[in-house]
Order: sequence, then C-alpha cells, then structure tokens
Amino acid sequence: MRIGVVTFPGSLDDRDAARAVRECGGEAVPLWHGDADLKGVDAVILPGGFSYGDYLRCGAIARFAPVMDALVPAARGGLPVLGICNGFQVLTESHLLPGALIRNDHRKFNCVDQRLVVENTSTDWTSDFEAGQEITIVLKNGEGGFVADEKTLDTLEGEGRVVFRYVPDAQGRNPNGSYRHIAGITNERGNVVGLMPHPEHAVEEGYGPSLDGRGFFTSIIKQTLESAATA
Amino acid sequence: MGSIVVDVMLKPEILDPQGQAVGGALPRLGFNGFTDVRQGKRFVLTVDGDVTDEHLAAAREAAETLLSNPVIEDVVSVHVLDESAADETPADEADAPAEDADGEPDDAEDGEQ
Repeated sequence: MRIGVVTFPGSLDDRDAARAVRECGGEAVPLWHGDADLKGVDAVILPGGFSYGDYLRCGAIARFAPVMDALVPAARGGLPVLGICNGFQVLTESHLLPGALIRNDHRKFNCVDQRLVVENTSTDWTSDFEAGQEITIVLKNGEGGFVADEKTLDTLEGEGRVVFRYVPDAQGRNPNGSYRHIAGITNERGNVVGLMPHPEHAVEEGYGPSLDGRGFFTSIIKQTLESAATA
Repeated sequence: MGSIVVDVMLKPEILDPQGQAVGGALPRLGFNGFTDVRQGKRFVLTVDGDVTDEHLAAAREAAETLLSNPVIEDVVSVHVLDESAADETPADEADAPAEDADGEPDDAEDGEQ
C-alpha cells in the first residue's frame, strides 16, 4: 500500500501527512512537484501549506506544476486523491472538485480543534467512518471559505457529495464562512476528496485533539488492499 | 516594448473580505462618501515590440486559464496599456505602484520553479 505525498514549494504538512500514512500502516512515497511522475503509487495526498506562497490565488500556481499533469488524468481515471487544506484549494483550481475557497469571512486566520460531521462514508477516504459520526480534528486556514453557485451547491447536496460539514457554533456560524457549512466534498466517483481541516494532525496519542484523523488513512489502506485482492 | 493590462475582479455575488476591510478603514481616515469597496487584481503583461492581435489573444487565454478563476472571478478587461496616457494623467500614475506589487509574486514564482 503506497501512498504518494506531493511536496510543492511552500508545502507545510507534507511530512505530517507522510507520517500519518506510516502511523496507520501504509508506505509513504514522496512525490515532487517538478516531476510528472506518480511513481506507481496507489493513492495521492496533496498536503496543506502555502504552495507558491499562495500567490495569485491559493493553489492556482500549484495546479500547473508538472506533477499535476500526471495527477489530473490519473484522478479522472479513478486514482484516489485526498486534498487537505491547500491541497483542497489545488483540487478546486484543477477543476477536479467544484467550487472555490476564498478568504475567511471574518478575515482572521483560524487555528482550532474543529468538530465535523461525516456525511458520506462511501468515498475511498471515509469508508472507516460511520454516517453521521462526529469527529474533531484541527482546522487552520486563512482562506477556507467554501463557495460555489447555488446550482452547484444543490447538486453536491443532492448527490450526497458533501462529505464533511462543520458543526456550527451557538450563533449558527461556521469557522470560515463556508456556504452551507461545507468542510469537505467529493467528486462523482468518490475517489477525489478535499477538505479544509487536517486529519494528519490527529493520528497519534498525545498530539492533536483526537485520533479521529486515522480513519482517513485506514479507509484508503483497506480500500486499496481490497481492490488489489479483487483485481 | 508594449504591455497588455488584464483586470480581474471577484464576481459581484462573491463575498470580498479584503474589500470590506478596506471599506471599514476609509471612514477612520475621514473618507465617508464610499458605501462599498471591492478589491481586484491588475496584471501587466509586457512583450517585445508592439502588442499584436496574437499577443492579445494569448493574454485573453492566459486571463481565463491562470490569471482568473472563473468560479469566483470575472476578467473585466484585457487591453493594451497606453503609455502616453499613463504619463499624462495623474490617475494612471497612481496605478503604477500596484503594477510593481503585481510583478513581485511573478518574480518569486520564477525563482521557485
């Protein structure tokens, strides 16, 4: 079970993501933004950070990195891809996922332990969760407000493609102004998942708010082992 | 040496927290007449020689693919920079620092790649 983790200039959480993969029993394979080579991995994680300094728009320049020339068609063909935070922004800029992420409505950087509800457990990255399960993982972003037009939002909800929703606070607000409290979504096929919060920071006792992040990595590892067994 | 200007704005229906922050600061400086501020981006693309129709077509394509995200932004203008006009009118001179600021990230990007 080999999971690639891409490093862009300005990636921040690539090592944490690789560590989380190893903690959960997988092999982490470093992938480089400048190489259009996925090294035959079974799945790919686009990690958090500030790729290319977040210049232009978050994820906009990373989307045209050589590694993405290999990744975009592979993802369209079914390769499991998880985009975390900046990785989610890269996925929307690549049009692998709909919508966009804009500056938080309150204009402050978030860094909180965030409660989420898992709504879709049929994706490659969430099969180890239970539908409706509440998890707490770290959220840290300045531009995490998920936006899309009404039609796209209706489609996402109608097709069950909202994978995670923020649990709103007492005032009914979510931490970054995301439309309909959306924290993470998937594509039609369920192999590409993007979310703003960080599962890789919640996989190890003594670090982070919980071990809830492990489910992402155990899901994909089981998924890949099963598909290898049936292939 | 000619230049093409590309102006990009957030779509009207997309929240603009940066514009709101600027809008909130204006009254503190005594500028009370402005009811809303929207902040956009200006790119200046420079070419060797005069700007041709091919340059303009390429600039329009770049504007739609890289310089803007059609999900949240509109390309409001792609036009040839009129240097003589910039020299004459104070309003256009005020644009110059913004152009320099735009150039900075582009330089850094080249360095990283």
